[in-house]
Amino acid sequence: MHRKRFGKTMFGRQKKIPLNFKIGAAITGVMTLLILMSFVYTPYDITKMDSASKLAAPSLAHLMGCDNFGRDIFSRVLKGMENTFVIALLTVVIGTAGGIIIGAFTGYFGGWLDEVLMRIIDVVFAFPSILLALVFVSIFGTGRYNVVAALGVAFIPSFARIVRGEFIKYREMDYVKSARLAGVGTLRIIFVHILPNTLTVLTSSIMIGFNNAVLAEAGMSYLGIGVQPPDASLGSMLSESQTYLFSAPWYAVFPGLMIILLVLGFSLLADGLKDPAAG
Amino acid sequence: MKYALKKFAAMLVTILCISFLVYLAFDLIPGDAALAALGTDVEPERLAAMREEMGLNRPFLERYFDWLVSFVRGDFGTSYKYHLPVAELIVSKLPVTVIMALISFAIMTVVSLPVGIYTAKHSGGRIDRGITVINQVMMSVPHFFMGILITYVFGMVFKLFTPGGFVSYETDFAGFLAYIIFPCIAIALPKIAMSVKLLRGSCMGEAKKDYVRTAYSKGNDTNKVLYRHVLKNAMIPVITLWGMMLADMLVGSIVIEQVFNIPGIGRILLTSISYRDYPVVEAIIVLIAFVVVVTNFCVDLIYGLIDPRINVGAE
Amino acid sequence: MLLEVRDLNIEFHDHDVPERVVNHVSFSLEEGEILGIVGESGSGKSMTAMAIAGLLKRHDLEKKGEIFFAGTELLRASRAKLRTFQGNDISIIFQEPMTSLNPVKRIGWQVEESLRIHRPQLDKEERKQRAIAALSDVELPNPEQIYRKYPHELSGGMRQRVMIASAMICEPKLLIADEPTTALDVTIQLQIVKLLQRLNKEKKMAVLFISHDLSLVKRLCDRIIVMHNGDIVEQGSAQAIFDCPKERYTKELIDAIPRLEKLNLG
Repeated sequence: MHRKRFGKTMFGRQKKIPLNFKIGAAITGVMTLLILMSFVYTPYDITKMDSASKLAAPSLAHLMGCDNFGRDIFSRVLKGMENTFVIALLTVVIGTAGGIIIGAFTGYFGGWLDEVLMRIIDVVFAFPSILLALVFVSIFGTGRYNVVAALGVAFIPSFARIVRGEFIKYREMDYVKSARLAGVGTLRIIFVHILPNTLTVLTSSIMIGFNNAVLAEAGMSYLGIGVQPPDASLGSMLSESQTYLFSAPWYAVFPGLMIILLVLGFSLLADGLKDPAAG
Repeated sequence: MKYALKKFAAMLVTILCISFLVYLAFDLIPGDAALAALGTDVEPERLAAMREEMGLNRPFLERYFDWLVSFVRGDFGTSYKYHLPVAELIVSKLPVTVIMALISFAIMTVVSLPVGIYTAKHSGGRIDRGITVINQVMMSVPHFFMGILITYVFGMVFKLFTPGGFVSYETDFAGFLAYIIFPCIAIALPKIAMSVKLLRGSCMGEAKKDYVRTAYSKGNDTNKVLYRHVLKNAMIPVITLWGMMLADMLVGSIVIEQVFNIPGIGRILLTSISYRDYPVVEAIIVLIAFVVVVTNFCVDLIYGLIDPRINVGAE
Repeated sequence: MLLEVRDLNIEFHDHDVPERVVNHVSFSLEEGEILGIVGESGSGKSMTAMAIAGLLKRHDLEKKGEIFFAGTELLRASRAKLRTFQGNDISIIFQEPMTSLNPVKRIGWQVEESLRIHRPQLDKEERKQRAIAALSDVELPNPEQIYRKYPHELSGGMRQRVMIASAMICEPKLLIADEPTTALDVTIQLQIVKLLQRLNKEKKMAVLFISHDLSLVKRLCDRIIVMHNGDIVEQGSAQAIFDCPKERYTKELIDAIPRLEKLNLG
């Protein structure tokens, strides 16, 4: 008799504990600590080869085992996470900054500039971001800063669209009109009066963008066009590990697991922020 | 009708813009067809003569227009590396990539539709909560890692296929399908998770709306409310996502081809990038962009069919 | 006696402290009668209506008492049993005509829906005939055209008429109107009230009219129930309640009616 009914009948009052958010915060917290630690300390030198421990299984000495050159996988995973994290962060910074500038001005002013820029944005948006990054790399070459530039540019359109939508919504609001009447400068209206209101929407898209950047960076290093060896990256470790998949599966599992945890933590956090009740 | 024409025009403009930008980008790179044909240690006089002969000294717009016309005719230029027509190189590889993307897409829709509806209908139940957890994790798995996991589990532990043992569709179509199904699953799984999540959320969002209460008040049971009222509304955002995913899958298969050692478009694209074989890169990029834009156009059309409000907005 | 509500109690259990929203409510409704329930928001009037229409969510709330409709107890009836009444003998229209119709389905399809559920013997053409008749019955111009339209192509008043047409299609014995005019313009409000009045007379259909607007209720209803905080404060004939309200709360409500309107009504 007391079965839950699907859909709206009369009142739908619900309250939920955002458990998602707690788990996400815990994962992200641990990952952040590990990344911070990697800046100053890794158990082994990430380029130190040791032929005696080639493809060694996980042990107390090597928590995640060793790779085909006998390098400590745990240390390389830490460095790889650091690289991934820095690249994803820079990508999101470029994407957000570019997106805010383009989105704010096109959304606020409208007109022909808006039309032209939005057409271009649409064109870039039609390109899957990793493809755009491939074009970029094929023109400018591989390497971490090219990856950052490529992904950053590829991420601008999605942010620009979101910010533009918000600005179109706010520019007609009474408080903006009254600020304009009161003689507040345009730049001040854009950045002080309107921009803070877009932060809620922007925050969750930044977090989703960060995840996409992590995944895209991993994909690019996997293809060999991201961070170049001997520097460590999770993607290139996965690429190398494939040759030894049968004899040393842990070589593939740990870098992959770290990507998953990095992304999972952030997406749980983003979900929790957006809507505590979202499954 | 007016809406469709408008969208079609927008599609043509977008394709033109993309082709122009791509041509411009590759035109700006140092090194051109003459240099590629003669090598870097050639005398400047011969190089200049060759440029004149190949028509590389003409104005940019004229060259772009020529390139565009021959591109539409199916002449994509000549590969610097293989000295073969690009079209020939691509056409033999295209089916593999396209078939992979389509199978992945089919798997995604066929799985995510019932699962999404089920979890929405039984939201909060044990199965729903289990699936939600699996979904969250799946969404965080890069598909190439999914590919590696599938290779290990199905290829090495259960030995359902031979990792690296790709079979060409020309020699053995059944064998080709039996191999290709695993990379397709790897591409589809993370997308299934996203699509289930969106469909579930969309169904539940729609279920809170007033028209659902109206439907119940007429004596509809839960299934009728769900299938006759909620679903069509709930599909609107899902179709946008699917359109984007089809494009994603096409590009995603570039990466997955590496994992499973499949000679598709992705393989040529990557080798061409590393050999700076620009005509090939250019052609593939424009083709993929073309597919993406056409997909978006189709999504817009389906939109117009599902949501009657769209047609009014376009007028 | 068409409808009899006996000692209805509704309690929410979704918070730590149970919240009682309907408290010992009893009343009855004769066939063909128009009964008004007045009260401010949160008075429990809508909850009472939803309980009768069988639209209360079943989890996290507790219902006690009895609701008899033409001899059948509804409150404890199975959902399958309830569905045979919903849209067939008991229909309901809501406050929000803008959102109460499904945006992606044609008007005709939605008006016919109750027929498809409760009159499966009718074929497509007969259903269409009845739907068009129902649409013209609620005084919509060009019913054939409206039959093919989508909700977003109609105004709020027209949508509420469509809602009434689809509620009337199975010729129910009871129509519950839950604040049907609140979201509409004043002129449209009067038209809808007059329409309900006419349909009540022609079809001998009882109406349970729920509103916070005492002047509309007085115009339409034979009897009035005044609710406040989940309790019935006062009930009686419309005339009696207006002429000599016994309770202070009722007096306050009457005094709250804008003067001009009261003059017009008087």
